[in-house]
Amino acid sequence: MNNIYTMGIDVGSTASKCLILKDGSEIVAKSLVDVGAGTSGPTRAIAEVLEAAGMKKEDMAFILATGYGRNSLDDIADHQMSELSCHAKGAFFLFPDVHTVIDIGGQDVKILEIENGVMVNFAMNDKCAAGTGRFLDVMARVLEVKVEDLADLGAQSTKNVEISSTCTVFAESEVISQLAKGSDKRDIIHGIHKSVASRVVGLANRIGVRDAVVMTGGVAQNGGVVSALQEALGHPIHTSPLTQYNGALGAALFAWQKATK
Amino acid sequence: MAENEKATAAAPEAAPVKKAPKPVSPGTQALRDVVTKVYAAAWDAKKAGRPVGWSSSKFPCEIAEALGLAVVYPENQAAGIGAQHDGQRMCESAESLGFDPDICGYARISLAYSAGVETTNESRRVPMPDFVLCCNNICNCMTKWYENIARMHNIPLIMIDVPYNNEVTVSDSQVAYIRGQFDDAIKQMEKIAGVKFDEKKFEQACANANRTAKAWLTVCDYLQYKPAPMSGFDLFNHMADVVTARGKVETAEAFELLASELEQHVKNGTSTAPFPEQYRVMFEGIPCWPNLRTLFKPLKANGVNVTAVVYAPAFGFVYNGLDEMARAYCKAPNSVCIEQGVDWREGICRENKVDGVLVHYNRSCKPWSGYMAEMQRRFTKDLGVPCAGFDGDQADPRNFNEAQYETRVQGLVEAMEENKKQKEARA
Repeated sequence: MNNIYTMGIDVGSTASKCLILKDGSEIVAKSLVDVGAGTSGPTRAIAEVLEAAGMKKEDMAFILATGYGRNSLDDIADHQMSELSCHAKGAFFLFPDVHTVIDIGGQDVKILEIENGVMVNFAMNDKCAAGTGRFLDVMARVLEVKVEDLADLGAQSTKNVEISSTCTVFAESEVISQLAKGSDKRDIIHGIHKSVASRVVGLANRIGVRDAVVMTGGVAQNGGVVSALQEALGHPIHTSPLTQYNGALGAALFAWQKATK
Repeated sequence: MAENEKATAAAPEAAPVKKAPKPVSPGTQALRDVVTKVYAAAWDAKKAGRPVGWSSSKFPCEIAEALGLAVVYPENQAAGIGAQHDGQRMCESAESLGFDPDICGYARISLAYSAGVETTNESRRVPMPDFVLCCNNICNCMTKWYENIARMHNIPLIMIDVPYNNEVTVSDSQVAYIRGQFDDAIKQMEKIAGVKFDEKKFEQACANANRTAKAWLTVCDYLQYKPAPMSGFDLFNHMADVVTARGKVETAEAFELLASELEQHVKNGTSTAPFPEQYRVMFEGIPCWPNLRTLFKPLKANGVNVTAVVYAPAFGFVYNGLDEMARAYCKAPNSVCIEQGVDWREGICRENKVDGVLVHYNRSCKPWSGYMAEMQRRFTKDLGVPCAGFDGDQADPRNFNEAQYETRVQGLVEAMEENKKQKEARA
């Protein structure tokens, strides 16, 4: 019997991710390009994942697009779904006992309630980028550090520095004034992680938090945010090395369901 | 107001006027005609030298009706201006006058208009007021909004204060407090109208308002049919009649005509909804008038019909006599406690068989949106349906984001789909 290959494409606001799945269970290839919707990112990510798998678009039984830019892929995708359902699907695949998914992406925060692998309810951030990946990008720029170094630097903090503003712009001013006062960057970064966590906790409590809690999206790679969130929520948080691909994974799983139904 | 003050209300370039609407059923046309007449009557009164009032939507219209006073409704005017894409310009004009962008979009539009900024929506142009009628049961911002209009034009403000009710029932002391204000309002309005209050005319106006309320509820109840014989979005348009002309017999007749059309649709198994109904939702809150098409698009694409809106119980009040009328006017979306608010909404959700709830976090209306997170939690717990919230505004398009809205609607549809599958599997 021939294998069935499906592709999930997650076009976010800041990155494009693709993943090819064999028979709905085995990850064959994945790709990530650091630009998202409205850029060359989706096309490049698709080309890269096909090249990595040594396959052609025609080899895919079904292609499903998700994410902020999902509707811009009509010419290649067979179907579009929201990133909400795809993150739920991906998280359930990686952690079958998941009940709560916290996804922090480039410009939004999602809290998903999962029951038997299915998203039954969700809450998202309002029209404000505070507490999102973009928030961390802005802070890293002000602090003149790489965003991927935030976790390690924050872990070296010895003193509490409060970043109280929830607005990205005002928090940026607050960080600048902390720097001007001579506060240690590592303490400021720790304060930033706690500020992200406190904002996400408010949203998560609207839905209710139940173990197992899984964190997905690019920000889940920042151990500083994960541990601040863990502390604020009072629940252990699971993450995966595939965290940034979770939406694309969910999309590829849905694609497999659609190809085989 | 002074001419020099008008000059300060300079506005950015006006938005283009929209093209003519599509043909509609006789019932819907009759409802539109009623509203058109309300606006025309105000202009006629002004031309004839008679006073014109501006009134909040849940001020007891029966009093002005009995006194023969011409009245228009800034909330309806602002919604119409917003729907015709002139809201942002008007809001920005109000902001230029010093009004904060955080206050209600309707208020900003109305205050800009009051200050002399003309709207491109010709059908919603109104004569300047000679008096204002304010009842704060529907909105707290309204008190300051109307005080500002009264001050701009140096005209009387007739105020009816309905305190927020922490309990489900309305106490006799509350009724007495409001009844006293009704009596006082009647005296003030007699002076403005230059005629004595006529009990018979008042009874007739009350009878009309009751008949309108009953017909409105009948129309709303047709959404209980599955599939519904209309798109619930239509109710938002028909709200104009409930707001501007409750006390007129033509309004009751128009709603009765619409109800008979819906009855026929039910018999024929047809619907005016432009898509087959796959899901049914409650739409919570005032719609984003400037973005109606955008709101509707993903709902239509996914077969989602709005079959419940809180306006049905909120404006469908029936009463007998002044005391009961005072009691009825205590109940508006922003003057009742959360238990009553949840009860109203969950009642229509059950009766109208919804699969999910779409909640508009309306940046214009903090009292309404403020308790929505808790209401959403209760809807999910009590009704077992998914809820999705989105940010928007009833009149200021700057507070709405199409991509965010579409994702939330798609997420809601996917959650409703899964819910349906699970229910079917259990059955």
